[in-house]
Amino acid sequence: MAVQEPSPRTAATTTTATTADSTLPLKDAGLAAVLTGVLTLPLLGNHLIIDGTKTTLVTNYVPVLIAMALVFVVRLLRGPLDRALAAIPRPRLPAALGERQGLWLAALVLAALVFPFVAARGAIDVLTFALTYVLLGLGLNIVVGFAGLLDLGYVAFYAVGAYTYALLSQYFGLSFWLCLPLGGLLAALFGVLLGFPVLRLRGDYLAIVTLGFGEIIRLVLNNWDSLTHGPDGINGIDRPTLFGLTFTKRAPEGHTTFFDFLGIPFDSQYAVIFLYLIALALVLFTLFVINRLIRMPVGRAWEALREDEIACRSLGLNPTLVKLSAFALGAFFAGLAGCFYAARLGAITPESFTFIESAVVLAIVVLGGMGSQLGVILAALALTLLPELAREFSEYRMLVFGLVMVLMMIWRPQGLLPASRPRLELPQ
Amino acid sequence: MSAGAASAASPARSAPLLTVEGLQMRFGGLLAVDGIGFEVGRGEIFAIIGPNGAGKTTVFNCVSGFYRPSGGSIRLDGSEIAGRPGHRIARAGVVRTFQNIRLFRKMTAVENLLVAQHNQLDTSWLSGLLALPRFRRAEREGLARAAFWLEQVGLRAHANFEAGNLSYGQQRRLEIARCMITRPRLLLLDEPAAGLNPQETRELDQLIRRLRDEHEVSVLLIEHDMSLVMEISDRILVMEYGRPIGAGTPAEVRANPRVIKAYLGEE
Amino acid sequence: MNEFLPNFLPQLTQQLINGLSLGSIYALIAIGYTMVYGIIGMINFAHGEIYMIGAYVGVVTLTALGAASGTLPLTLVLAGALVAAIVVTAAYGWTVERVAYRPLRGGPRLVPLISAIGMSIFLQNYVQLGQGARDVSVPPLLPGNLFSVEIGGFPVSLSVTRALIIGVTVVLMIALTLYIGRSRMGRACRACSEDMGMARLLGIDTDRVISFTFVLGAALAAVGGVLIGLSIGKINPFIGFVVGVKAFTAAVLGGIGSIPGAMLGGVLLGLTETFASAFLPTEYKDVVAFSLLVLVLLFRPTGLLGKPDIEKV
Repeated sequence: MAVQEPSPRTAATTTTATTADSTLPLKDAGLAAVLTGVLTLPLLGNHLIIDGTKTTLVTNYVPVLIAMALVFVVRLLRGPLDRALAAIPRPRLPAALGERQGLWLAALVLAALVFPFVAARGAIDVLTFALTYVLLGLGLNIVVGFAGLLDLGYVAFYAVGAYTYALLSQYFGLSFWLCLPLGGLLAALFGVLLGFPVLRLRGDYLAIVTLGFGEIIRLVLNNWDSLTHGPDGINGIDRPTLFGLTFTKRAPEGHTTFFDFLGIPFDSQYAVIFLYLIALALVLFTLFVINRLIRMPVGRAWEALREDEIACRSLGLNPTLVKLSAFALGAFFAGLAGCFYAARLGAITPESFTFIESAVVLAIVVLGGMGSQLGVILAALALTLLPELAREFSEYRMLVFGLVMVLMMIWRPQGLLPASRPRLELPQ
Repeated sequence: MSAGAASAASPARSAPLLTVEGLQMRFGGLLAVDGIGFEVGRGEIFAIIGPNGAGKTTVFNCVSGFYRPSGGSIRLDGSEIAGRPGHRIARAGVVRTFQNIRLFRKMTAVENLLVAQHNQLDTSWLSGLLALPRFRRAEREGLARAAFWLEQVGLRAHANFEAGNLSYGQQRRLEIARCMITRPRLLLLDEPAAGLNPQETRELDQLIRRLRDEHEVSVLLIEHDMSLVMEISDRILVMEYGRPIGAGTPAEVRANPRVIKAYLGEE
Repeated sequence: MNEFLPNFLPQLTQQLINGLSLGSIYALIAIGYTMVYGIIGMINFAHGEIYMIGAYVGVVTLTALGAASGTLPLTLVLAGALVAAIVVTAAYGWTVERVAYRPLRGGPRLVPLISAIGMSIFLQNYVQLGQGARDVSVPPLLPGNLFSVEIGGFPVSLSVTRALIIGVTVVLMIALTLYIGRSRMGRACRACSEDMGMARLLGIDTDRVISFTFVLGAALAAVGGVLIGLSIGKINPFIGFVVGVKAFTAAVLGGIGSIPGAMLGGVLLGLTETFASAFLPTEYKDVVAFSLLVLVLLFRPTGLLGKPDIEKV
């Protein structure tokens, strides 16, 4: 077996080189175009239209021809394109940027702090939404990036957090600030319960088992009507308060509004800013914890385990325990994110926690670079903000996500900003 | 248990550190190891030799907990360890190297040594997250121990090199240092001289003796390099087709007709 | 007891029929998972979408051939839909391997798996763009029952579509077993799943064998897709995900890498699911399948017919 793990990138270039050399580029491109025609004709060229009880076909060859032309041109220009792709600067980012990653982070944090006080309400809202994904991305990054465990059911822990807050606030009137740690801990507990039996499985089996678990959680939430109200979900979840001060126009019984307390007129903008700041604080807290962890024995153990589990065992590290710590911690942050999500929207349904959510978070981690925090933050912002900015393309959102995952694996499996781990140095 | 020679007479001094009796390992229909027994005394260097495929590494994998033996017993200091998980056996003081070196290649030499100290460092999350003094002290001490062991194996100058970038001989030495830093009682070396040049093999010879003499570790090794084996081993067990065919001091083994036949083939 | 028995027997028979036809579909798809896993050791996560594409191509062809109007003989329409679905879907199988997996061979295990997940998302959304996200109804071509009897006042029937599903699956399974056992390509497949490196040294074109497994797996999944369309009467772009996971469950249950295992696992899963939904609320039938997946992986990851794999140190 491959000991040296040849980089997939080199494998890709060698195969293309041989095909390009052995066949005429024109013939090759022509064949690819014909294949594209066969592939797209039934699915893009013919649309099934339901007309009452009858199903009819509407033919439209334009998309097929576009696809064929596109493939033809791309295949024809494959050599130059490959060279151009290879020429795209893939700086050894750990060297170029790694040392200053801290500086970049600081600048980013500063900008994020100033932002809500200068931006429009809609923009703050969108960024709050994006920060939830930053939080999820950072959490999953611990599991996938640091510990090398592919968790396809990450959304389950997000759901546990969200339902923890929704249910506890609904049935027992517990506050957001109490439920936040509870939601995180409960999600972590779920992570431990699931992880303990599962984490000794091989990587790809682990991925499928976590996927199955995620679906089970969603199906249970969807069907346990008496507790979760099934597909209708839970509405009217309390919004977070600031030391008991609400951001509503009129305070519920026993509460004071933020505005009465300060004696300023009601302005819903403050509620938006407040939510944004909570999200930001959660992200900063997560960053702090992660940055400590990678300098601790457990962080080093994650990396060692990712590299060679057998060697770890031979040195007395308990692989299950080390993996479990990453798994539970990732779940913890997903729980926090879930709590926040429920508090921000005030309503949740099981439909918010499908496999697609897990896939989106995974795409964020993959795009940003497994193990790279700055990369994950930027990828989370990009993948959530771009579809918001270009609404007309929103139907292509998932299509592009899927494509990004495939292309990133082929072109740059280490992500856009590969991880630069703080090295422990022994002074000479 | 036809070959009585396998359970070689124990060293007179004290109770043996490791006692293996009637060890058996079956893979499906194949009996890879059958009726192996030996003892490793405290401070002893014990070698297992034999042709390729004789089952030597399988014995190692059983002793170090990677395989659950199909039969027999393995006792460390009197307590049974056969079938215990590998990490538990490692914590009990049995640590090994691998035929095809298993370093954490993308971590530096010193980081490799810190991972190996996992169970000696301060792994409390709270003290680590808050960087409490006791956490910082434990890390400092860990680094100092790493520096000491790098010095011992002559890699002090390579402390901050990625393990994967070290030369083959350096990697072998780092792997041994990584074992030693866990403070083992029994060090298992799987073909430590493979791929080394004569100069490096001589250094390895001295290193192994020094580990035994200065760090009170017993050594169990598998090796093909006969000159090294005859030079440093106190006693030797010879295996063929999973079974013992001879045991004793280097001189006894050299004179054993069955061993000679196994190595030189049928006349 | 007297009341229970007369009701129980016919119900059992009916559930057996239902479970067998559902299990046949799972078996058809599971073969694709198991062959790919057996040879390159990767979970082809996009295989469920391949099945969904098969279903769509089948329905598009059915409609194009005027299935509803009845101008062409029914057998011809059905055969046309099956052939078109097999050809186009096999082409998808081949292309997916070429584009998304082949460049990644030899890398870390998780890399092709992530690529496959991406491919799965891509294909699902691509079909959604082309055909819309809503249910598409399939013309009821084969209405009625092959037989329907009443046992103790309780009807037991075998519908024509169910009979077709079981029949086609049995024929394909026999053909596949013979092909893998006797043909040159079949031998090459078995050699590759034993030891890829050795097969290559012996002059087997391993790239071709890998492509072949993807093509064959896709073709069988396409048949499953067309048949399920006929049986359930509607399809949508999301049917691939759940069925894909379930077929993978079937493959694992039977022992991943083993073709007879995939067949057995498919049928067992189909039966388990139908029997479970007879006792549990139907919403929980997916939970049963997913739980089975988790339990099998935890307690018997080698499945019923799989070989244990010994960790190499």
